[in-house]
Amino acid sequence: MSSATDRYVVRFAGDSGDGIQLQGQQFTIASALSGHDLATLPDFPAEIRAPVGTRYGVSAFQIQFGGNRVTTPGDAPDVLIAFNPAALVVNLPALPPGSQIIVDESAFTEQRLKRADLASNPLDDGSLADYRVIAIDIASLTLQAVAESGLGNKDSLRCKNFFVLGLVLWMFEQPRESVAEWIEAKFANNTAVRDANLAALNAGHAFGETAEFGHELKYEKLPVAPLDATEYRTITGAEAMALGLVAASELSDTEIMFCSYPITPASSVLHHLTALEDCGASTFQAEDEIAAICAAIGASYAGKLGVTSSSGPGIALKTEAMGLAVSAELPLVIINSQRAGPSTGLPTKTEQSDLYQAVYGRNGDTPLPVLAAATPGDCFTMATEAARIAMRHMTPVILLTDGYIANASELWPIPDFDAIAPIETRKLPHATNAFERDATTGARVWAEPGNANQIYRVGGIEKDITTGNISYDANNHQAMTDLRQQKVASVADFIPDQGVEQGELEGSVAVVAWGSTYGTVFQAVKRAIAAGMSVSQVHIRHIAPLPKNLGELLNRFDHVLVPELNSGQLATLLRDKLLLNVVQLNKVSGQPLHVSELTDAIHQLLPGATEMSVASQHSTTVAPQHSKPVAPQHSTTVAPQQGAK
Amino acid sequence: MADLSFKDFATDQEVRWCPGCGDYSILKSTLKALAEGGSDPAKTVFVSGIGCSSRMPYYIETYGFHTIHGRAPAVATGVKLANPDLDVWVVTGDGDGFSIGGNHLLHALRRNVNLNILLFNNEIYGLTKGQYSPTSRKGTKSPSSPGGSLDAPIGPGQFALGAGATFFARGVDIDQKRLPGLLIESKEHEGTALVEILQNCIVYNKDVFEDVAAKKTAADTQVQCEHGKPLLFGKNSDKGLRLNTANLSLEAVTIGEDGVTEADILIHDETSLPLAQMLVNLAPPLPVAMGVIYRIEKTPYEASFRNRKTGERRRQVKDLLRNGYVLDRRGIRD
Repeated sequence: MSSATDRYVVRFAGDSGDGIQLQGQQFTIASALSGHDLATLPDFPAEIRAPVGTRYGVSAFQIQFGGNRVTTPGDAPDVLIAFNPAALVVNLPALPPGSQIIVDESAFTEQRLKRADLASNPLDDGSLADYRVIAIDIASLTLQAVAESGLGNKDSLRCKNFFVLGLVLWMFEQPRESVAEWIEAKFANNTAVRDANLAALNAGHAFGETAEFGHELKYEKLPVAPLDATEYRTITGAEAMALGLVAASELSDTEIMFCSYPITPASSVLHHLTALEDCGASTFQAEDEIAAICAAIGASYAGKLGVTSSSGPGIALKTEAMGLAVSAELPLVIINSQRAGPSTGLPTKTEQSDLYQAVYGRNGDTPLPVLAAATPGDCFTMATEAARIAMRHMTPVILLTDGYIANASELWPIPDFDAIAPIETRKLPHATNAFERDATTGARVWAEPGNANQIYRVGGIEKDITTGNISYDANNHQAMTDLRQQKVASVADFIPDQGVEQGELEGSVAVVAWGSTYGTVFQAVKRAIAAGMSVSQVHIRHIAPLPKNLGELLNRFDHVLVPELNSGQLATLLRDKLLLNVVQLNKVSGQPLHVSELTDAIHQLLPGATEMSVASQHSTTVAPQHSKPVAPQHSTTVAPQQGAK
Repeated sequence: MADLSFKDFATDQEVRWCPGCGDYSILKSTLKALAEGGSDPAKTVFVSGIGCSSRMPYYIETYGFHTIHGRAPAVATGVKLANPDLDVWVVTGDGDGFSIGGNHLLHALRRNVNLNILLFNNEIYGLTKGQYSPTSRKGTKSPSSPGGSLDAPIGPGQFALGAGATFFARGVDIDQKRLPGLLIESKEHEGTALVEILQNCIVYNKDVFEDVAAKKTAADTQVQCEHGKPLLFGKNSDKGLRLNTANLSLEAVTIGEDGVTEADILIHDETSLPLAQMLVNLAPPLPVAMGVIYRIEKTPYEASFRNRKTGERRRQVKDLLRNGYVLDRRGIRD
């Protein structure tokens, strides 16, 4: 293997029952422990146990790890591990020529080929000529390895995933210890299974060492990533979200009540929080999405911070209740783990298409703050930020994340908890009027039932601005409408000025993004800058209200390029709020944006940049991909318009 | 806390129901129940949905939350779980509770959260000007059903018992003598209590309950259920309910006629589900059952709901941040 790279992309693929996600998670931990930066992409079907061997049942897990900053799971794999013909054929279009394919040849039977709709065996028919294929009889090797365990044939074959994991760990010189510890803890009560899995893991590792083609599988060990904080851990977005909520509870000395209804891909936040109930978070699984937000609103009325979480379709159901929280001026956090498409769409695939819904999607003039997390680890920061805004301004806050962020993991610098500012609430036990307002924010008092000083009534019907009683007065409604706008606008007084993630504060192109495209934009802009191009990265976390200086900042660039996994929703917002002309790059395929796609779009805007300088830069990072560009499997549109100037 | 009178529980807000509306008497009974039942205004919360009945929180000097259509049980559940020390009441109507909010009412009842739900049943949509409701009798003529409604009505009692309710009672809006006491009993029930109150909408469904509720004839048209006492009715308490064992139904009999003695009259057992199921469905010409029809003890939901924090939370949060494999730049460790 050439030594020109500082990172590798590995993709595990097979049936759901092959333990693909588990292998990925364990490989992720091992990579982190060997000092590499990383980003992962779990990619699984909506079906729980799809029929074995079918194309639509393929589950995959991709990881990019390396000795430099890694912010995406990689555009294209260097190594594909395919457990069956379907896993091979489904992933082949993403593989650059020259990449390595490891297959379990015992799975390439006539029947399995038929299941995968293959007329001939790709291992024999020459269709893999451009790749470095290693076919291993993983089933037999696993059976041999675990022969002494006493397990039956079926249970023995279930150890295949650890055989493969042992081999892949050997290939990249990653440690086995964390995997062994996991197996020992997981199967502590079933020693036969435990020992079989350990034997398979070790046998896979030894296989690489002893196989005659072992040298073909050995990859050069990557250097340790230059990380700057003292301690890191791996974390998924859902875990970080749960931790952020618990942290906010402690920072505000206010317990949170998390009320939700199961929905993909948001349920994992609920699952993580149920384990944290002793830390100030209680969880309630409601009968439906509406009940979930209503119970959260009830909790907020009663003095806890209500939190509800869902995905687009569920958020739609919660819309009316959000209006109630706005009208009643109650703190509330609404998390939307966005997924693809209208209606049911693609439940397990990612998209950023609920920005309109969050910013504009309510009846009445009903503004509320909208935030967006950029990466899995950023969910921690943004969860505490959402809670902070909700309680400071007495308003519901929407926090946008997505299926990719929720499930993907990254290496996360563990924050110094004592350095995070406490969250102040509007609980003022001595106030005698629940509608006494903060002069800066307009926020009312968070009156708590139980306090005899603050007995009051409130509701969704328009209320008198000072007493909360029902009011149909025309001037009062105007005043309340203005107040609701001002309250949300005042959030901008508390958020940091918009800066650039990379690049100069002025120049040719500002790539302006939000949400989970952060990592892709980071890499594309990094390459462009290295190639001498005048490109800067601007990443927006506060969608509503926008940072006050954003318009002024973006006006210093000739072009504002807005890549999004939707048809142009942030682009609309920027035109609406800042009267900016922007160039859109839109992709709506259910898959993350690729670095190469954004790089192409930047080049279209700056045709003067030399291809040579860009290519030389690329060769140090993801060389295989650029020996032959990957054909896009979806349409990306670049619609250049007049520049901002 | 000093003894409060029912007037202390009234707000200074002008009550905006139609003149003669049954809601006025229900409000009065509620205020009386709060005073006589020793409620603490600071610890009492009235949650309502949308509809005429749901305006009631504005008229009661306690905490109040007028929410959105049908969702009051869900909001109230959140209130109660967040602070189980609060006495949480829900005010809803037949449209709010059974139509748009039927799902929430069902789940509140089966969970047995300690809520006190007052269902104002007037068999009509009042606030939207008179359309038929889920409790309207089949054939009800209304602006949305000029030829008579097609839907079979929901029986609130049947619904509640089917959902696993632990308390179901029924009263009449104008029954100032009994309704306050009934509301106190429902408030004291540990679990979800549903009280169906027959309420007269004088504008859109005037006198729909006249055959049951009219004071003059009430003694004959209603049977008051009291646990452990015979199910007697009639001005002279000479009529009663007897179990017809041939077809497992209740029948009205008169003591002294056809050899009927008081010993033939059923004794009300409020813990008997089969009896409750028969009682809730009694309709004219049989007397309609009033009072506490069904009541059983069952642990309320909030008693099992995990709702606590420990004193060491800050340390716990810090530990959580470092959960799993932590990579230390000075060396790798678990």
